[in-house]
Amino acid sequence: MTDLLAARAQMAMSLAFHIIFAVVGMGMPLLMVLAERRFLRGRDPVDRELARRWARGTAIMFAVGAVSGTVLSFELGLLWPTFMAFAGPIIGMPFSLEGFAFFLEAIFLGIYLYGWERVSARAHWLAGVMVLVSGTLSAAFVLCANAWMNTPQGYTLGPDGALQSVDLFAAMWNPAALPEILHMTLAAYATVGFAVAGIHAFMLLRRPGDRFHRRALGLALAVGGVFAFLQPLSGDLAAKHVAEYQPVKLAAMEGHWDTERCAGLSLGGWPDETSETTPYALEIPCGLSFLAFGDPQAEVKGLKDFPVDERPPVAITHIAFQIMVACGMAMMAVAAIGAYLRLRGRDLAAPWFLRLVVLSAPLGLIAIEAGWTVTEVGRQPWVIQGVMRTAEAVTPMPHLIVPFTTFTLLYVVLGVTVVLLLTRKVFTAPEEP
Amino acid sequence: MVLLTPELMVAGVILVALVIYTLSAGADFGGGAWTLLASGPRAEDQRQLVDDAIGPIWEANHVWLILVVVLLFVCFPGAFAAVSTALHIPLTVMLIGIVLRGSAFAFLHVYTHAEQAHDPGPRRFSRIFAVASLVTPITLGVTLGALSTGIPVDRATGLVRTDFISEWLAPFPFAAGLFTLCLFAFLAAVYLASEAEDRELSDIFRRRALFSAGALGLTALLALFAARADAPVIHTGLSASGWALPLHLGTGLAAVLAIVLLWQRKLLLARFAAMAQAALIVGGWALAQYPYLVFPDLTITDAAAPPTVLVPVLIALGVGAIVLVPSLAYLYVIFKSRGRPGH
Repeated sequence: MTDLLAARAQMAMSLAFHIIFAVVGMGMPLLMVLAERRFLRGRDPVDRELARRWARGTAIMFAVGAVSGTVLSFELGLLWPTFMAFAGPIIGMPFSLEGFAFFLEAIFLGIYLYGWERVSARAHWLAGVMVLVSGTLSAAFVLCANAWMNTPQGYTLGPDGALQSVDLFAAMWNPAALPEILHMTLAAYATVGFAVAGIHAFMLLRRPGDRFHRRALGLALAVGGVFAFLQPLSGDLAAKHVAEYQPVKLAAMEGHWDTERCAGLSLGGWPDETSETTPYALEIPCGLSFLAFGDPQAEVKGLKDFPVDERPPVAITHIAFQIMVACGMAMMAVAAIGAYLRLRGRDLAAPWFLRLVVLSAPLGLIAIEAGWTVTEVGRQPWVIQGVMRTAEAVTPMPHLIVPFTTFTLLYVVLGVTVVLLLTRKVFTAPEEP
Repeated sequence: MVLLTPELMVAGVILVALVIYTLSAGADFGGGAWTLLASGPRAEDQRQLVDDAIGPIWEANHVWLILVVVLLFVCFPGAFAAVSTALHIPLTVMLIGIVLRGSAFAFLHVYTHAEQAHDPGPRRFSRIFAVASLVTPITLGVTLGALSTGIPVDRATGLVRTDFISEWLAPFPFAAGLFTLCLFAFLAAVYLASEAEDRELSDIFRRRALFSAGALGLTALLALFAARADAPVIHTGLSASGWALPLHLGTGLAAVLAIVLLWQRKLLLARFAAMAQAALIVGGWALAQYPYLVFPDLTITDAAAPPTVLVPVLIALGVGAIVLVPSLAYLYVIFKSRGRPGH
């Protein structure tokens, strides 16, 4: 393993680990706030117990998210010092603002978790709202920084190649920022809704009729379902932006080799980079042209138009994209069935439906991991699209396999511990009073 | 007269954040380290006291470090790159400590108090929390100490000349590491003595505060001695420059005052004296380091990002503070004011 590959592996592993906790930090406050609001209105102790129980789970997830996020902020320098020496100031505004958002999130989470008996019911609920708002803002700012790596702008270089001046707001509001923020925020809410619904569905299968889990399932599934249905809108926006600003990434996502009008949309298939084809794909005529540009006759650039050393790994990007879309579709299907049952006045706790919800619990997480694989691998070989290659950004530190192995082991142990604690101590139902 | 340039203002904000981090998160680490030494018939009460003291606030306190890191890479990108390249190893160890401390503490809280005292699972988390709370301050001190031993940077290319080891594997950084640990432990003991609601428990931590004040003095001498060979910039700064004497007098006065007040059981006043002492120590270190961010090639001015970055970031900091300060005050009022319910 080369040091560059080890550095990329460590970064990918750290991001893949952190994103799970970051997503929970965005989505769980929404569920807690909704449950607590129901309690404030209806005074049903089940709702209060729900908010408390979810808060206990969130406390663990938030702590691991905060420390693994700290690791990432250092890893930017530990692994990619050349990138940070150049880009640090340019993406300074979103990161500075993220610092404040994270501060607020930590402060109000402390109040929310430990303040049940210390502040008024209303102040407690508002603290939860603050956690929700600042958690989502914090993610939005980080996404602005990532978006800049995809569509860099807002800076000028002097004759010596050094940074001369920066327009921090132009850098922050780069073209990819809005699509990334929308797509990821909706993804986080949908994912958490489905994951939580799946866990409670599992408990309901073991203890049918339990009011606590029924209430939890209804609320979580409603949240997950609504956002799963909104997601294709933001996905469409994101795809059109990629088509415009990162045509090579779009071509890799689609396994699309030849520049053509009326380009077909490939479903499935396994891109082969040596023969420059994508065999085994089911093709919808003119589908790609239509989805990417809203016009079935639009020209879509193919990978062959780009030099080989500027193409991302096609197979990984394409397959990850297919996985993400498939998971999203499946979530919409489950949400549609749930909505149908509700409208017909049927019981959501029917065993067959509960099993379906359990099966769909991890779909959102898989979609998010796959989606980030598309974003990050699809940008390769660049760390800053068209400006700096990943290979130029890496640290001269040798033996990077050592920290990669160390952090991987650490995160495996942490991940297993979190799962054990959540299943044994958090998600078991309270005794009925 | 020093001109107050944007880069100096940002450096000032970083220093303030470091001081607050020391006073808040530093004490959280110190508290964790004390749970390792919790002993005697009241060991469980000691752990519980630490637990109650840091539970609601440690995550917010931790964010000051994030703020320091972010401001460093946004406003002094070359210094951030040089430091994180040359000090890869101690920074990595520190991160592992941070991860283990925070996670173990959160894991511990899934259990009830009774389970925490007796079950093997939570006991293990408690032990990890304590050991990580001990290791992290040392590595933090090693890292800060290494900034003064010298990390040569080629100013034309921004490349750092390092063997990744010699900058930190030296007496001064480790003396600074021990010193940091003693400082954090001292602060924690003073805070805990003033927060404990029964006299016996308070006295345990009062004794520990006095003991760690002594250890702090010893490690300070050790660090000063090691600085003579390893970190001349610190040594001259701390002993020969014009501001050294008043600063030392101030720090010494605060230290003596803290000890006397501890002795007299004026614990709230002792707390303020200890905080003043710690703030003066961090400030003194920064002044000794001035004008270098990373000795000997990167001064604050050399390493600064263009003014088009610094000025908007300073404005953002100001606006952010308007939201942050009341929120932080609210948190502390809820959890740190006297006469807490439920106790």
